Amino acid sequence: MSVTTEQVESRVVETLASFGPDVSQITRDATFEELDIDSLDLVELAQVVEDDYGVILKGEDMKELKTVGQAIDLIVSRAE
Amino acid sequence: MAERSRPEGCALVTGASRGIGAAIARSLAADGWPVAVNYRSDSDGAARVVTEVEEAGGRAVALAADVASLEAADELFAGAESHFGVPVLALVNNAGIAADDLISLLGDEEWQRVIDTNLSGAFRLTRRALKPMLRARFGRIVNISSVVGLRANPGQANYAAAKAGLIAMTKTVTVEVARRGITANAVAPGWIDTDMTAGVESALLSHVPARRAGTPEEVAACVSFLVSEAAGYVNGAVLAVDGGLAA
Repeated sequence: MSVTTEQVESRVVETLASFGPDVSQITRDATFEELDIDSLDLVELAQVVEDDYGVILKGEDMKELKTVGQAIDLIVSRAE
Repeated sequence: MAERSRPEGCALVTGASRGIGAAIARSLAADGWPVAVNYRSDSDGAARVVTEVEEAGGRAVALAADVASLEAADELFAGAESHFGVPVLALVNNAGIAADDLISLLGDEEWQRVIDTNLSGAFRLTRRALKPMLRARFGRIVNISSVVGLRANPGQANYAAAKAGLIAMTKTVTVEVARRGITANAVAPGWIDTDMTAGVESALLSHVPARRAGTPEEVAACVSFLVSEAAGYVNGAVLAVDGGLAA
């Protein structure tokens, strides 16, 4: 399946925004800590990614993720 | 702030073809939940429960799966969700087996079989259940433990370990997901009149403060409460339904 970075980025931003932070705060460089995105939020993000792109993110993948951009890049690389 | 009202969902009760599980399925259906009645081998019993639910005006479907298998969780959730068209938002891990012996005589197979069904099965179903529950910001998980998870009974090391393990798992689930409107509680039945206790010496009843066996319906009533919206702030609890046996 081929997805564009833009598609993933918009889905990730939309999902993260549903957890509380304002869309304007959700930049590629923003850290999950700054956005007050907790571990359960990331579990939910992983579910969305799995449902939409068939990409399975495991606990060890999630632990490495610090910023929104890292998450987007990982998802895009796995979806290719 | 009280949690918002329950979104549309269905309930899944494992091991629901007879005994406590059947009573729980009937009770949740009477509360308005569409209920998936899981069974491993007793298809007649499961069909009977479905008929009873439907005759009482409820909705139910029988779903075969051995919860000890690695595929059971996905099969059961897919089956329930496709039949009712709504996510599973109430899970009752009730399926359980016993293979009793003094620990010196207890075989590896008896140990593993009981742990696989009573504990590992509940783990995999819970893990699967959290997907729709986290999304819905609502969920009810009730694990049917046992008085022997609280108070020792000779000859049941495997069963007791699994049932005590369920209590510890329940509490862990609570602290992980309570902030998403999900509750996880355990019910610890004592001596309940079912096929499972049919062969047990009735002289043991003298140890029960209530001096009688409980009924599956008395356990089901507690599960109905824990699944209800009214119990939204009851989380990580162990509710003994045992006539005072663990007191």
